[in-house]
Amino acid sequence: MATYYSEDHEWITVEGDTATLGITQHAADQLGEVVFVEQREAGDEFEKGGEIGVIESVKAASEIYAPLDGEVIEANEALADNPGALNESPEGDAWIYKIKIADTSQLDDLMDLDGYKALIG
Amino acid sequence: MTDAPKRTPLYDLHVELGGKMVDFAGWEMPVQYPMGIMGEHKQCREKAALFDVSHMGQVILRGDNVGEKLETLCPQAYATLKEGKARYGFFTNEDGGIMDDLIVSNAGDHYFVVVNAALRHQDIPHMQANLDGVEVTEIFDRALVAVQGPKAEDVVGELCPAARDLKFMETTVAEIGGVECRISRLGYTGEDGYEISIPEADAIRVSKLFLAHDDCQPAGLGARDSLRLEAGLCLYGNDIDQSTSPIEASLSWAIQKRRKEEGGFPGAARVQKELAEGAAKKLVGIKPEGRAPARQGVEVQCAEGNTIGAITSGSFGPTVGSPVAMGYVSAGHGEPGEKVNLIIRGKAQPAEIVALPFVTQNYKR
Repeated sequence: MATYYSEDHEWITVEGDTATLGITQHAADQLGEVVFVEQREAGDEFEKGGEIGVIESVKAASEIYAPLDGEVIEANEALADNPGALNESPEGDAWIYKIKIADTSQLDDLMDLDGYKALIG
Repeated sequence: MTDAPKRTPLYDLHVELGGKMVDFAGWEMPVQYPMGIMGEHKQCREKAALFDVSHMGQVILRGDNVGEKLETLCPQAYATLKEGKARYGFFTNEDGGIMDDLIVSNAGDHYFVVVNAALRHQDIPHMQANLDGVEVTEIFDRALVAVQGPKAEDVVGELCPAARDLKFMETTVAEIGGVECRISRLGYTGEDGYEISIPEADAIRVSKLFLAHDDCQPAGLGARDSLRLEAGLCLYGNDIDQSTSPIEASLSWAIQKRRKEEGGFPGAARVQKELAEGAAKKLVGIKPEGRAPARQGVEVQCAEGNTIGAITSGSFGPTVGSPVAMGYVSAGHGEPGEKVNLIIRGKAQPAEIVALPFVTQNYKR
């Protein structure tokens, strides 16, 4: 199991060709208090860079972009009733999707924790 | 415009309190403090919150018959505004659109006017050019601080007993912390409270006196926006602009009877026609049934699927506990209870037209 990070402030924890995806604590702090999450459904396929959901805070809407090609296996339904969980544990219980990765070689384009820490300074 | 954003007399206090500073209408202002928008919003509804509104333009008008002359620019009855009273109003243009909204106070030997930050450069020349024989002076050396919420009377009254005697939309001059301030019992949150004009050299010290009260916390522009939206109050540039008339904007209540009948203000013909025959569209409250906020620009469709208007302000309402919005719908629509659809990111989301405000206004009449 290894965790990667994207420039769009997502984390993705990989096991074989499946993974869990969420937003980083840094991203959650920047968004402010989350009031709504719009998620894709299981079976939806997506391409790297495509929009795969929207997070709304009190002030604004922010899109979630796919860090690689893949397919939604499961959306975290707990976020519908408790979107505020994204502020409390964005890197824990408040994951957004379980996904199937189409091409694991795309992981090479993502950062490790040290790289991400350097990015957010 | 490459000018660096300006700073209010309270800038250093915002930084000290951990305010997240953003550029707003050319001013560096706190959008929120560490408490966060939801907490600051609830603080104001339940206790008291302090807002810096020094970016707004404070203007002194001196001369003979200032109230009568203001009536040539505004549809409000300012000629009969009594000393010590304040009244909400707006400048209208020749087409009956709203140039800006404002508060006018009769301060006895002068009138005190507060206009929007982004429009001070329009409004002040407008008054200078059109108020014959009136000296129009913009004040640059005073902060403007709003203390709002059910505990505002305690927060301000403990330092300034005279503040307790004011009723909603009354204004006076009194000492706070040894410095003379103009205190007006009004605001833009839907709650009881005050706006206080303070000499800039004392602004941080006096603000800290308010913040020393257990029930008072600082709040930023984010909470100010969600508070005014829940209170059904228009934001200039979102809900009202040069093209919208006061009748379309459901601001008929702010035009006194005599002015409706007599006219005599810019665009009176349109306003009187719309009063008699109805306007082509009107501003209404819209409550999404789901959890997705409907933001400015979202299309509003009637039950049959035709476009009937658009959202002009929309967010999550922390006190209501769900999304809230305001927007225009065309004539024939807009009765409370009407079911509509909001097109959010391409998908129709059910919503209902509701009476404004979303929360009961809590003014001390």
